[in-house]
Amino acid sequence: MEMAVDKTQFHVLAVDDSLIDRKLIERLLKTSSFQVTAVDSGIKALEFLGLNDDDDDEDEQRDSNSESISSDEDQDHQDLGVNLIITDYCMPGMTGYDLLKKIKKSSCFKDIPVVIMSSENIPSRINRCLEDGAEEFFLKPVRLSDVNKLRPHLMKGRSKDIDFPDRTRSGCLISTGN
Amino acid sequence: MERNPLRRQLQIMRKSLFDQGYLDEQFVQLEELQDDSNPNFVEEVVTLYYRDSARLILNLEQALERKPYNFNKLDAYMHQFKGSSSSIGAKKVKAESTLFREYCKSGNGEGCMRCFQQLKKEYATLRKKLEAYFQLARQAGPMETACRPK
Repeated sequence: MEMAVDKTQFHVLAVDDSLIDRKLIERLLKTSSFQVTAVDSGIKALEFLGLNDDDDDEDEQRDSNSESISSDEDQDHQDLGVNLIITDYCMPGMTGYDLLKKIKKSSCFKDIPVVIMSSENIPSRINRCLEDGAEEFFLKPVRLSDVNKLRPHLMKGRSKDIDFPDRTRSGCLISTGN
Repeated sequence: MERNPLRRQLQIMRKSLFDQGYLDEQFVQLEELQDDSNPNFVEEVVTLYYRDSARLILNLEQALERKPYNFNKLDAYMHQFKGSSSSIGAKKVKAESTLFREYCKSGNGEGCMRCFQQLKKEYATLRKKLEAYFQLARQAGPMETACRPK
């Protein structure tokens, strides 16, 4: 498997209760070279992140029967590698807005950019989501042009310690021995 | 200009689906997501749509058998139906579902029932046309490679 040095692969967690929309967003994201995990509810999204519904972090220590990943990994969410969360607004149980609030309240995950999707164009809803921390609000059906807007949000938060080989002006690699 | 007669027929069928308002731009978006790595993407999504729609139609039928109508419940089902119809570009079905939701909001049971009958008709027509379209696409596919232009 080759590692592309110039193209950073971002991992997006997509949340939507609609099977069709999940398939669609997955395809849109993969077409744009994102790695995708798609789940059908806010609860499942939190489970995937390792966040329990009732508390943000450090509850792994309390609950030894927890099936979520170990607390060491939980401290550093980058092991999970979720770089962005895109969620539907209207879902039964936990709405996309509820999920947004939980993520933003979590010390581990509050810096992960969250994007909300909705089939309904309700300005007060859109404003509330954006005010409460959503980076973008996409109207459904989501298109490739929308997904192309995601990369800047991801590049913003990306760690800068990516190694690039040193090159001379002629393009020859400089090895450390010479 | 398409030389292969089946391909040409397919193009004509496709154009008519758009011209007659059965499909909108969103269907084109789906087509653009189809490629060699996902050669059946559109049909896969549409097949999911049939399955999802069957479930929702059944739920709506059952809900419409209970009087007095639970408009919130009816609206919730139709919200889902509208969403999936919109996602595949099913223009006429989407329009009927929008109308249905308006009847729900105004508590118009008669309107809901009438609209639902119309929606089922539109859905059945669309399904029939899309099934014919994909069947022709399957036939046209291999033909294209077998009969190369001279």
